[in-house]
Amino acid sequence: MKTLIFALKKISGAIVTIFAIVIANFVIFRVSPGDPIRMMFRDPRVSAEALQRMRVKFGLDKSMWGQFVDYFKQLMHGNLGFSFWQKRPVLDVIGDRIVQTLILVVTALVIATILGIILGAISGWKSGSKTDRTILSVSLVLYSVPTFAMGILLLLVFGYVLLIFPLGGISSPASGFTGFLYAKDVLWHMVLPAFSIVLWYVGEYILLTRSSMVEVMDQDYIVTARAKGLRESVIMRKHALRNALLPVVTLSGVNFAFAIAGVIEAETVFSWPGIGRLTYDAVMKRDYPLLQGIFLIFAVSVVLANLLVDLIYSRIDPRIKTGAAHD
Amino acid sequence: MAILEIKDLKVHYLTKEGPALAVDSINFSVKENKTVGLIGESGCGKTTTARAIMKFVKEPGKIMGGEIIFKGRDILTMSDKELRTLRGAELTIVRQEAQNALNPVMTIGDQIAEVIREHEHIDKRTAWERAENQLDLVGISHHRAKSFPHELSGGMRQRGMIAIATACNPDFIIMDEPITGLDVIVQRQLLTLINDLREKLNLTALFIAHDLSVISETCDDVVVMYAGKIMEKADVVSLYKHPLHPYTQALINSYPSIRGEKKNLVSIPGSPPRLVSPPKGCRFHPRCSFAIDRCREEAPEIREVDGHSVACHIVK
Repeated sequence: MKTLIFALKKISGAIVTIFAIVIANFVIFRVSPGDPIRMMFRDPRVSAEALQRMRVKFGLDKSMWGQFVDYFKQLMHGNLGFSFWQKRPVLDVIGDRIVQTLILVVTALVIATILGIILGAISGWKSGSKTDRTILSVSLVLYSVPTFAMGILLLLVFGYVLLIFPLGGISSPASGFTGFLYAKDVLWHMVLPAFSIVLWYVGEYILLTRSSMVEVMDQDYIVTARAKGLRESVIMRKHALRNALLPVVTLSGVNFAFAIAGVIEAETVFSWPGIGRLTYDAVMKRDYPLLQGIFLIFAVSVVLANLLVDLIYSRIDPRIKTGAAHD
Repeated sequence: MAILEIKDLKVHYLTKEGPALAVDSINFSVKENKTVGLIGESGCGKTTTARAIMKFVKEPGKIMGGEIIFKGRDILTMSDKELRTLRGAELTIVRQEAQNALNPVMTIGDQIAEVIREHEHIDKRTAWERAENQLDLVGISHHRAKSFPHELSGGMRQRGMIAIATACNPDFIIMDEPITGLDVIVQRQLLTLINDLREKLNLTALFIAHDLSVISETCDDVVVMYAGKIMEKADVVSLYKHPLHPYTQALINSYPSIRGEKKNLVSIPGSPPRLVSPPKGCRFHPRCSFAIDRCREEAPEIREVDGHSVACHIVK
């Protein structure tokens, strides 16, 4: 019951947030300079009368409020507008790209999270040891190198000098691969872009898990666990890591959202045809409806990721539901 | 038969200014079914002694010498694996401040069942039933087994700690200020519980406190510590009626008695010495109103006087 109320609270909070985002997303593009109709038809020979007809067709002659009602109605029907540049519905354009981005980002983040937690836990458990110092310095370096720099470095070493991995793209052009071979090909192309993301995030996960672990190791309940005569591996997993992971879960939600939006660098360096590249292109082409659609997708994914984290968090930290202080 | 024998135990804390002699060559033993009280001011080495018995002394602390014989075997020479089979099963501890001593993300039932399963290798269901019984035993309804620590009161958490410490029928239990930091009514209830359990489970225990009245209710024998040294050992009645050591006398005079005559409380002047550079001779002499020249020069050995063991030059 407590869980249900908590979940409903969080879900309604998320709905309100998304609604606010829809409004902000609408307003930002109304107050930005430039006439969208002029953007679409840059040819000076188009008559003013024709422009006016287009304005009426797109509903831009209506009041702000009227336009918002239209926008909202269409949104509810899943219509995100029409891309100037691609001359296709925005939803189709985004739909073509989002899967590639999700494959890349989810794979990279899962690897980074698991690797980061394992290394961070070992590091924190043995804090002060040689292993700890090595892991710590490596992760500090990784965390300091920006994704695009790491990407270019990986590209140079593994793509150009060693020729182990392809330079870019998602699959070998004109290879005619299907089924399993195609999947293998995509995987092969994904190694470098994924690792440029993994290497950055893994540093962050190691640092957070380690510091959280060190803090937990000083807690009284670890002494209690020792006094119970438990094996070290059990103390580490059940008592230390279980508590140390709480802040890591929070980070995972935030990171997932940031990674979707922040994948622009990796996708640009590796010519990965995902939503990051699409954003870059949409900005270059001043394709407002497309940008608006992308922003909405980004914002909603941030909210949903956070909602998911809240719900997971209430499962793993029993203090959350009752609102007990988290110290 | 003595379950626990501490022989010449030395624990030092290695500080920048030199070693602090937190526990300095102490000797005492605890016989089966007896409870020994260990009393003294803060920083006298009580808790360090408890930690040494569990072999929990951590950097910068170091056990410098001595033996801790538990059921005939020296804990200090045991391997980690041997220690693990002892801890939580035969040798357990209830520490002060249980507020954070329970894992916040595990139910109290799970935390009790865990120790039973670790040492007795029984199936989950049986362990859980045993955990529920333990809760009933310490006065928490077994319906609360699925509660998390933050859903329990301070007193209940400490009861939970006692449930964990007694779950595997230990041969020896250390209670390190188990009621400190709780309000007086809860303290009273916990003392009653501890005394009940002592009888029901035939506990052998070391009870650490800084409060004489608590010791008098729970213990058979008392060990008085001051600045890392034992000052006096005696059975509880004799110690109260005829304290021999000036420090024991001063301790008793500084506590009010509810039933006894009204008298002015006398505080002990000064404060305990710094353990990095303890005073020469008897460690209590700077605060002792009976001190003679010999006390300033020569550390007193423990002697037997009227059934007490006492370390003092002036006691005849």
